[in-house]
Amino acid sequence: MQNNNRNLLLSGNEAVVYGALLAGCDSFFGYPITPASEIAHTAAAKFPELGRVFIQAESEISAINMVMGASAAGRRTMTASSGLGISLKQEAVSYLAGAQLPCVIVDVMRGGPGLGNIGPEQADYNQVVKGGGHGSYRCIVLAPDSAQEMCDMAFLAFDLAEKYATPVYILTDGVIGQMKESVLLPEPLPPREIPENALDIGRKRSNYFTSIYLEPDELEAHNVHLQKKYSSIQLKEERSEGYLLDDAEIVLVAYGICGRLACNAVDDLRHYGIKAGVLRPLTLFPFPVRACRLAAEHAKRFLSVELSCGQMIDDVKLAIDCSRPVGLINRMGGNMLSVEEIVERTGQFL
Amino acid sequence: MSTEKIIHGRSAGFFPEFSRRPGNNHTNMHYCPGCGHGILHKLIAEAIEDLEIKDRTVLISPVGCSVFAYYYFDCFGISVPHGRAPAVGTGLVRSNPDDIVISYQGDGDLGAIGFNEFIQTANRGENMAVFFVNNAIYGMTGGQMAPTTLPGQKTVTCPLGRSVTNEGYPLKVSEMVSALDSPVYVERVALSSGKNILRARAAVRKALNNVIEKKGFSMVEFLSGCPVNLKMNASQVNEFIDERMCKYFPLGVFKDIADTRDSIKRSSGVYAPEAVRKVLYPQYSSSSVSRDFQNPSPFFAKERRLKVAGFGGQGVLSFGHMLATMGKLRNFNVSYLPVYGPEMRGGTASCSVVVSRKKIASPVVDRDCNLLVVLNDESLEKFLPELKPTGVLIFDSSNVHVSRLRRTQIAYCVNASDLARELGDLRYANSILMGALAKLMDDFFLQETDKADFERVVEEAIRECFADKSEVIRKNINAFYLGKQAASRWNAPSDGQ
Ligand SMILES: Cc1ncc(C[n+]2csc(CCOP(=O)(O)OP(=O)(O)O)c2C)c(N)n1
Ligand code: SF4
Ligand SMILES: [Mg+2]
Repeated sequence: MQNNNRNLLLSGNEAVVYGALLAGCDSFFGYPITPASEIAHTAAAKFPELGRVFIQAESEISAINMVMGASAAGRRTMTASSGLGISLKQEAVSYLAGAQLPCVIVDVMRGGPGLGNIGPEQADYNQVVKGGGHGSYRCIVLAPDSAQEMCDMAFLAFDLAEKYATPVYILTDGVIGQMKESVLLPEPLPPREIPENALDIGRKRSNYFTSIYLEPDELEAHNVHLQKKYSSIQLKEERSEGYLLDDAEIVLVAYGICGRLACNAVDDLRHYGIKAGVLRPLTLFPFPVRACRLAAEHAKRFLSVELSCGQMIDDVKLAIDCSRPVGLINRMGGNMLSVEEIVERTGQFL
Repeated sequence: MSTEKIIHGRSAGFFPEFSRRPGNNHTNMHYCPGCGHGILHKLIAEAIEDLEIKDRTVLISPVGCSVFAYYYFDCFGISVPHGRAPAVGTGLVRSNPDDIVISYQGDGDLGAIGFNEFIQTANRGENMAVFFVNNAIYGMTGGQMAPTTLPGQKTVTCPLGRSVTNEGYPLKVSEMVSALDSPVYVERVALSSGKNILRARAAVRKALNNVIEKKGFSMVEFLSGCPVNLKMNASQVNEFIDERMCKYFPLGVFKDIADTRDSIKRSSGVYAPEAVRKVLYPQYSSSSVSRDFQNPSPFFAKERRLKVAGFGGQGVLSFGHMLATMGKLRNFNVSYLPVYGPEMRGGTASCSVVVSRKKIASPVVDRDCNLLVVLNDESLEKFLPELKPTGVLIFDSSNVHVSRLRRTQIAYCVNASDLARELGDLRYANSILMGALAKLMDDFFLQETDKADFERVVEEAIRECFADKSEVIRKNINAFYLGKQAASRWNAPSDGQ
């Protein structure tokens, strides 16, 4: 039966590749690592099928530098990895931010530090959300919680990357990467123009990209420009989703897989008569500061629910200026939080 | 020939004025007098002009004294992280195969921090020219030892002279890269005497010609002087190159096989929406129902949380995947979460499946499980406590021994592994077990119309999961009906909980 059925059962890792291709991504450069490898597997199959570029690089360092070249050529380009590999990419990400080159980086987080394990963690938060490499820069960070959002956020990631000429991360965890869900594929974007500033035939040959400014005043001016850009991103691009948040006295802040667990936990808590709600950041930089402040108007307490030692919790505290107590519900080491545990530990805070 | 002279006759491959350069001096280069970089810049600029490739050349500036190369060349430019120029060049040339990519690198950049990027790019045979300036020193950072520093040569980080027992011998890059099959052209030249510079001039053009003709990877190594860090004047530097460097690094062509190679052809990207849909959207749906169909049985009104567990290799994951596919084919939201990682190797494999008409919150089934399918005793022991008091158990009675259940729990079983072995392949155990599930659903949960639909959706899911392997599909469908016939309710003395 011929039908343009757009509904597929895809893992988050597969879905982000479908999304990227539908959004017109030209090239993928990667290096295998669990739990992100299926991104490379899917890209290896699908990019060449569409005549686009796939290269298995010799390292994450090379992969992100290939991305730098493709981005300078004005193309939509991406890479994907997990914790350790992201650590290796940081030098180049700093260069990309400094030279204002757009690209998309997917980080499917696993357990750390060091080799850690391949279980789900959210402990790359600091290195991804706070800049990670050297220098004063930020990357836009999107936090999908489903295969559908992995697909949809690929579109948003490329849009934002180009709008602000900066690298954009799609930050998720092993569960979202590995889990399969039904995904409704979006329509493909029409072919896109190569931008004017690209290093590409037909563009001005005076085009160049650099991040070196030897004169301190020049480099300071460049930094000021970058910071203004980040402020404007903070102002315009905060995104979040609330679940039973309007009257919530206990606000669970959670992203990725934890956001979904928190919704179930809130259902249980409401059952016990506790007015709990979930605030799920869709962007981690910019952190949804305004949504947090709004929630603080009726909240008695915030709880940061995360699979790390407590990294996002700092941003929650900053967002509400510590005007409410902020507690931590967490697991580490590749262990999952269960809904029961979230309910139980929320109870302990009351 | 002195450097000063060369800089004066400015080639049209250079900008008329170096306006990218900050400060007031927009006419002179920033290199020290007598520096090999200045000479090589001129050779490259002339070649870019003469070969008429200005409009499609990207010059990659490395980290090193030539970090500002993009100030000077009248072509595209990018400055990149230390040692990574060949990787950046790969991204550029794969994005646009008509680009002429020049990766300009020093000995620290190429031979030390970036050797992997360099050698792997060479080995992929990327269509680019690497111009490698071997000045036996780290110029930019103040005269530290390079991988190419000569034995006995003093630098600030080998103040007693390079010791071959401590630092090893100098890296012979041309020799190493020419040992690979992919590169088409490797030559070592020297930027010393006029004759050597003419040789270097020809080598630059040859490498660029190879790129123009898309023959692949070319590298030219330039033995070069750093008078400042060698603390020598121009003629002493030339002597150092000719007498000392050339002894260790013999000049010559190491490889030149471009003639034997075809031009590299790269595909161009497909972006037309219709073509993209064709590749990414599934072209066939095995679903026989419309998009708004909903199974009427009240059983489906609630979210159903399922878990499948057994040994790795028993088909646990494909059973879960099949359940999720069935849900998807009947317009449910589904999630399928395999336990991934070390647990999968050898040990227990399990997966969670959630089927719901609403948005699924947690995809992890670790409590309130509605349906548990187990294929070995360990899994039964581990996961039975997660089964709801009103939950349903399906098990393979060839492997699993159930001794008790709550009175409110129902179990169905079939000797799936034994039957599968009789059918010739243990992998049919899955579909046989699916038969047991179908029987249970018929007996307890499905309205008349849904009973027939359940069989249909199993067939559709089998088709979808095994794509075009018609024989496998047929056998699995048979196994399913066999299982449905053979399955029975498990009865046991309840412990009266
Ligand atoms: C990651 C990193 N490490 C160290 C440096 C410092 N650094 C700048 S240039 C350089 C050595 C360059 O030597 P070479 O490649 O031989 O170039 P030359 O200046 O001799 O032409 C070093 C170590 C850097 N910029 N980046
Ligand atoms: S330090 Fe050496 S390599 Fe650098 S510009 Fe001066 S002479 Fe050339
Ligand atoms: Mg050097």
